[in-house]
Amino acid sequence: MGSIILMVLGLLGMGYGFMSAPTTIEEAKEMVASHDDGHGDSHAAEASDSHGEEAGGHAMTEAEHDEHVFHQLANKPWAALYVAAFFFFMIALGVLAFYAIQRAAQAGWSPLLFRVMEGITSYLVPGGIIVFVILVLSVMHMNHLFVWMDETVVAKDALLQGKAGYLNPTFFLIRAAIFLAGWIGYREYSRKLSLAQDESDDNSNFKLNFRISAAFLVFYLISESIMSWDWIMSVDPHWFSTLFGWYIFASMFVSGITVIAMVTIYLKSKGYLEEVNDSHIHDLAKFMFGISIFWTYLWFSQFMLIWYANIPEEVTYYITRIEDYNLPFFGMVAMNFLFPVLLLMNSDYKRLNWFVVMAGIVILAGHYMDIFNAIMPSTVGDQWYIGIPEIGAILFFAGLFIFWIFRALASAPLQPKRNPFIEESRHFHY
Amino acid sequence: MASKVIQAFYNDDDVLMHAVKKVKAAKHHIEEVYCPFPVHGLDKAMGLEPTRIAITSFMYGCVGLTVAIVMMNFIMIEDWPQDIGGKPSFSYIENMPAFVPIMFELTVFFAAHLMVITFYMRSRLWPFKEAENPDVRTTDDHFLMEIEIHDNEAELMSLLSDTGAVEINVSEKDLH
Repeated sequence: MGSIILMVLGLLGMGYGFMSAPTTIEEAKEMVASHDDGHGDSHAAEASDSHGEEAGGHAMTEAEHDEHVFHQLANKPWAALYVAAFFFFMIALGVLAFYAIQRAAQAGWSPLLFRVMEGITSYLVPGGIIVFVILVLSVMHMNHLFVWMDETVVAKDALLQGKAGYLNPTFFLIRAAIFLAGWIGYREYSRKLSLAQDESDDNSNFKLNFRISAAFLVFYLISESIMSWDWIMSVDPHWFSTLFGWYIFASMFVSGITVIAMVTIYLKSKGYLEEVNDSHIHDLAKFMFGISIFWTYLWFSQFMLIWYANIPEEVTYYITRIEDYNLPFFGMVAMNFLFPVLLLMNSDYKRLNWFVVMAGIVILAGHYMDIFNAIMPSTVGDQWYIGIPEIGAILFFAGLFIFWIFRALASAPLQPKRNPFIEESRHFHY
Repeated sequence: MASKVIQAFYNDDDVLMHAVKKVKAAKHHIEEVYCPFPVHGLDKAMGLEPTRIAITSFMYGCVGLTVAIVMMNFIMIEDWPQDIGGKPSFSYIENMPAFVPIMFELTVFFAAHLMVITFYMRSRLWPFKEAENPDVRTTDDHFLMEIEIHDNEAELMSLLSDTGAVEINVSEKDLH
């Protein structure tokens, strides 16, 4: 019920975002002017400073600059929609990877949580379709999230022409379709085997599940990496980083594990999942702690090399983020690293459910900011703020996510009956 | 000070665990259990206090981090100012990303080494130390539970023989 209210609120917010987006260059100019007035001198000065640099660097005329700002503002509601859609899709995808690893490793502690993970991965279907539809709309020039999709831009850009063999709309959509089919296909098949295992009288379903999970992980690591280049890195098609796939993977993995922990704690507080004990939560919290540090390691590895080498074509990525996105950029590092490290370091705190939930909220907000920082600077530039369209999009997808996963959770018994490791999981203690 | 102890031998860790729980239930103080390998859950069954080594580890890590910051500041900024990555700002904070790997490594180095050394000192283990385990079989395939005797030898004997001990000895022992 709450989820439907969230969806309605979210829809209203997004609708407002699209309605208030400028349709002409004149409107955009007015909006920028009123925005600067409203937000005091310091912001206005800052904005005009960076505009000045930009204009100087690209030798832009006044009219070109106005058109540029107009495109950024027109992109804003789309970018808000895309960031939120991808963020919730990414949670389900991260859980899918975690689930496949548990299957492939034949982990003994986690089978009690398999139904929770399967419930969350059910969101891959609606989430994946929505993200795909947004990508199709981008290809159809309904928005300008991906600048390389615009032929007039490519015609003037030698670098993009060189990349056109890979970065062209048709191949882009084919790749997206293959990846989504692979992820959803594995999810549905594994879920079917998992349910069939409960009713069967041997372990053949379980063994088959183990084998396809191992094979899936190979597919997943390749497809996830390419997906991160396609869907996120290519919003800034000149810039590239070789560890971007891992970086996005760490983000989705830790968000996914956090959501598993939060859903498990919620179900437990409602009296389901009696067999899940504090040690299971403790293990999930250890993963939240560890993968947060892993994320920071990748974030820093990417940052330090680019900072050190200081090559102009690479360093633009961080210059825009530090100049125009200072607070969200460094705030995100604090939320994704400092908070989890300090909150979850103590072994006893990892067993306090409310503590894990509080840390989890910070981690999820931090990883939303991570995706925000990845998409926004290249699509809306310095015209960002977190207002009604962004929050509306988050609310809508949060509502859809909650509605969908709890519908899936309710459709099967929450505890697997015949998993060969269920006894071990039940007696799991630390 | 020498005192009399009773030593019960077991040849299975499950039997040992049950014996420990039974002895604790009978409100006897277990002096020590010697095992050939770590037995999961034995510390809880014996009622040992949780380890405090994690706290020392955190403090050693903080020391390591501080050492790294002070050291890099002295070497790279004050004593012989270095132009790092073509950015001759000669400021610690502006060159901080270059020092993060060192800060990380020294944090780990200090935490790990000092924690191991602390553990050895606390366990009274140092070079040329004479072994404390009373019977060489505890390094092979036997578990040994040691209980101090306070005029209750017969009672302990009967209790321990009920727990599945394969051998029970009484001996004099120098307690540290």
